[in-house]
Amino acid sequence: MSEVVIKVEKLAKNFGSFEAVRDVSFTVNKGDVFGFLGPNGAGKSTTIRCLLSLIRLNAGTIQMFGKSYATHRNEILSKIGSIIEKPDFYNYLSAQKNLEIFARISGATVSTKEIHEMLEFVGLGGRGKDKTKGFSHGMKQRLGIAQTLLHKPELIILDEPTTGLDPQGIIEIRNLILRLKNEQNKTILLSSHQLSEIELIANRMVIITKGKSLVEGNVQELLNAQELTVRLELSDVNKAIPLIQQHFANVEITRINEVEISLSIEKQQVPHLNKMLGDNNILVYALEPKRKLEDFFMKIVQS
Amino acid sequence: MLLKNIYNEFIKILAKPRSYIGIGALTLLICIILFAMKADGSSFISFVTSSFEQTLSFNGTILNGNLIAFIILQMLIVHIPLLVALVTGDLISGEAAMGTVRMLATKPISRTKIVISKFIAGAVYTFILTLWLIFLSLFVSKFIFGSGDLIVLNSEGLVILKEQDILWRYGLSFIVAFLSLLTVSSVSICFSAFAENSIGPIVSTMAVIILFTIIGSMEVSVFQNIKPFLFTTHMASWRSFFEDPVPYSKIFNSIIILVVHNVILVSIAIFKFNKKDITS
Repeated sequence: MSEVVIKVEKLAKNFGSFEAVRDVSFTVNKGDVFGFLGPNGAGKSTTIRCLLSLIRLNAGTIQMFGKSYATHRNEILSKIGSIIEKPDFYNYLSAQKNLEIFARISGATVSTKEIHEMLEFVGLGGRGKDKTKGFSHGMKQRLGIAQTLLHKPELIILDEPTTGLDPQGIIEIRNLILRLKNEQNKTILLSSHQLSEIELIANRMVIITKGKSLVEGNVQELLNAQELTVRLELSDVNKAIPLIQQHFANVEITRINEVEISLSIEKQQVPHLNKMLGDNNILVYALEPKRKLEDFFMKIVQS
Repeated sequence: MLLKNIYNEFIKILAKPRSYIGIGALTLLICIILFAMKADGSSFISFVTSSFEQTLSFNGTILNGNLIAFIILQMLIVHIPLLVALVTGDLISGEAAMGTVRMLATKPISRTKIVISKFIAGAVYTFILTLWLIFLSLFVSKFIFGSGDLIVLNSEGLVILKEQDILWRYGLSFIVAFLSLLTVSSVSICFSAFAENSIGPIVSTMAVIILFTIIGSMEVSVFQNIKPFLFTTHMASWRSFFEDPVPYSKIFNSIIILVVHNVILVSIAIFKFNKKDITS
């Protein structure tokens, strides 16, 4: 059985009369890249703040590495690296000084050489002496990741780490997360609106909405249980629609335009669909699965 | 961890431009007073001593470094709280305003230690500011105006202190003046624990000082009972070292009141910061 790193049970948090989180439960195992999903205002950031002891719970329990914040706060925090929403730094200090400040109180000994290496690692080599005041959001995000990793934490909590990054930056962060998981076996809790990112890198996930966790489990298992939505670009849509309805019972077809349709179908039936269209002289210019997690997420949230 | 964070706090204070505003303003103010005294100090002295001229005759140099230092301290001790609050009022709330409090509070250091390290760093800054004030007012004044006996006018009348009887009084008054300013620092740190911006604690600290000073100066019976317990009442206790004989019990009482204020204010700041939900 996997070692449990985070165990949250029936978490609840109110701000006055506002119920930010009312019933969130999930478990993150060692080595997981755990997707933490939910629409805006679902209570993701509040939950993450609770996980980092930034705010107090009104009800429920949080166990980190099998221990409670009430008795092992500093020990727990020394094993965690985190970025909450956006990383903020002392803008009157240089990037290097900022890292030195956070490293000094991180519970680990970090040498100047390691700080330089970390700056290189996140693509800020040569910018260590620059004040963070002049850094772009993307650069601060990279520095935030450097700060997160500097003391070699076991658990990394990233709240929207790709916000404000350019496409190259997003790919780099994705690759970085995968490297941390694959090469260093880090446990990562990743909150993101980029569902495609979560689908690509997370092995487990939870979806929360209105302060309540709705679905938790293995990403692939959850998605495979769903029908696949595919977009088809065809030579003759008018001819194709009745043929599909004839061959595949209860398939819901949506006509997008004169040459495109979309439909939900079981994954195993996709080759048959393609063959049937070909056999009937309908040319298939494109057969593209829509993002499955996006559909799954919308279905859960809307339900 | 506490020592490491105190070191961090020093780095932050040293790197902030506002930390130098206090030292710069103090230097400028003292230079202006020294210039004014050098240019027309004798008129100023004649104005003060004119009421005594019919009963006393003054020989020697009254306008000397010791007197100038006393005048500077009297003038500036009222304004220095603002310079102290400018830095210390920002210590906790500045982190909230900048967003760094999130990063700080997720590190393996207790929130109590965070507040204590900020208080200690603020105390060191206040100490340096007070030391700079004493250095400029006493030593630079002596260098420019020379030394001599000190004539002090207080509520009891005129006190004349011999030249060799003065330095220790300045030394001890420095300690009490530092304690007074440290109380201002604690007030602003306390407000800082409640605020999310830098301006609020600075303005609130000054408002409290002004309010308490007004209450303390009003000869109204309803305020007489609370007056001895207001820290502002004891902020001028450093002056008592220039009385003859020195009222040690009165000074000791002031020290106790100021120390108690510091303990209570820092405890409130620790309590509040520990209970605070960090949502910024």
